[in-house]
Amino acid sequence: MVLKKMALVGDALSHVALPGLALGILFNFNPFIGAFAFLFTSAVIIWQLGRVTKLPFETIVGAMFTLALAIGVLIIPEAELLEALFGDITKVTILDTATAITISIIAVLLTKTIYKKLILGMISEEMAISKGINVSIINLLYLLLVSTVVAVGIKIVGTLLVGFLVIVPAAAAKNVSTDLFKYGVLSATFGAISACSGILVSSYLNLAPGPMVVFSGIIIFLGTVLTKSKTK
Amino acid sequence: MENTDDYVLQVSNLSVKLQNQTILENVNFKLKKGTVLAVVGPNGAGKTVLFKALLNLIPYIGKITWAPKVRIGYVPQNIAVDDIPVSVKEFLSFEHHVNMKDSLSPVKLENSNVASKTLGVLSGGQLRRVLIAWALTDKPNVLLFDEATTGVDHDSEEPIFVMLNELKKKNQITVLLITHDVHIVREYSDYLLALNRCVTFFGESKEIMKPQVQNIIYGETVCAGTPDENR
Repeated sequence: MVLKKMALVGDALSHVALPGLALGILFNFNPFIGAFAFLFTSAVIIWQLGRVTKLPFETIVGAMFTLALAIGVLIIPEAELLEALFGDITKVTILDTATAITISIIAVLLTKTIYKKLILGMISEEMAISKGINVSIINLLYLLLVSTVVAVGIKIVGTLLVGFLVIVPAAAAKNVSTDLFKYGVLSATFGAISACSGILVSSYLNLAPGPMVVFSGIIIFLGTVLTKSKTK
Repeated sequence: MENTDDYVLQVSNLSVKLQNQTILENVNFKLKKGTVLAVVGPNGAGKTVLFKALLNLIPYIGKITWAPKVRIGYVPQNIAVDDIPVSVKEFLSFEHHVNMKDSLSPVKLENSNVASKTLGVLSGGQLRRVLIAWALTDKPNVLLFDEATTGVDHDSEEPIFVMLNELKKKNQITVLLITHDVHIVREYSDYLLALNRCVTFFGESKEIMKPQVQNIIYGETVCAGTPDENR
């Protein structure tokens, strides 16, 4: 998302999940199934609106997220609203963990099959089309993958902070990467270190884990900024 | 008698409209295999639009006929590489694994250290050569080259065209290139297609030095009726 200059889309997209969470709470089914369903549907709507209107994705997502946020805040009971916005790692079950791991593996494998086409489309859409790549379908798959990743992160850090997980580790990796392979590995590594260290520190200091994950990630990001400025 | 097998491309009555504006109108020309066609014209003349129509990237009216088994390599004018950490080696291997030395030798970069460099740090000339190397990975027999020397300093231009000339002779590649440079047209192309929303001139490139031809190309637009065919 950082390479596609859609960093804030990841953040905004997380709020689109709120009505889905709200419906799950209201009708007593797993709220994260509601979140997944809303994110997937929204991804398809955003893609289609983008094709028809030619507006940039971030503009359309901006409009949808404000609407979704308003609807979500209206219908989520106040007691659950904080958990939806900030997550609660203590409520993550073994089943949630297994689901997240499975979905993450599938997402990584799917990303691996499309990432070269995606990157070529970013470099030059014309070059990609001239090679027979269906740029429109690749963009749709990409949006669906982003929605999946965002949905997985919502449980742990909530809708307000999941944007961090899709933006900052990748931005940190970009500061110190000279090729795509390194960029991919470092993005994942920085994300994992941020999450693990943030959760450990929050447990030790008895603080909310979401914000601690963010602080860990920002420290890593600042470290890469320093490294980049020293190598210039 | 004319042998249509000699032609790699035949364009008949090509017109392109974008957002209700006519960008190209009634374009007709034929291109022989193994030749270099320079496409010239002022800004907004429809040169890039012609290339996009030839590549079927945009809708058009009329007929574009490529020879059977044509493989087209395309080098666009603008690409976005500054913020994408992709190395030259990764870029050239996007579709399938390639030998770096073999891929970079046609563009005279095999002895340089560009393979490990990020695309964004390459000089204008190096990036153009890498893009040509990328276009050549599929062993095309036609190369479309949009604004051949954008971002390239004057001293680096000549080697690129010398290299293209060698490729043309060695591999019998047909090249269509958009350029603003009269010297390039005269020295490195065989035929000239001048556009200004329609064809204003089509003929041998050496004719560009004739005052009457320059008047046609750079003066007031007079669209040709049926241009001379590629001899």
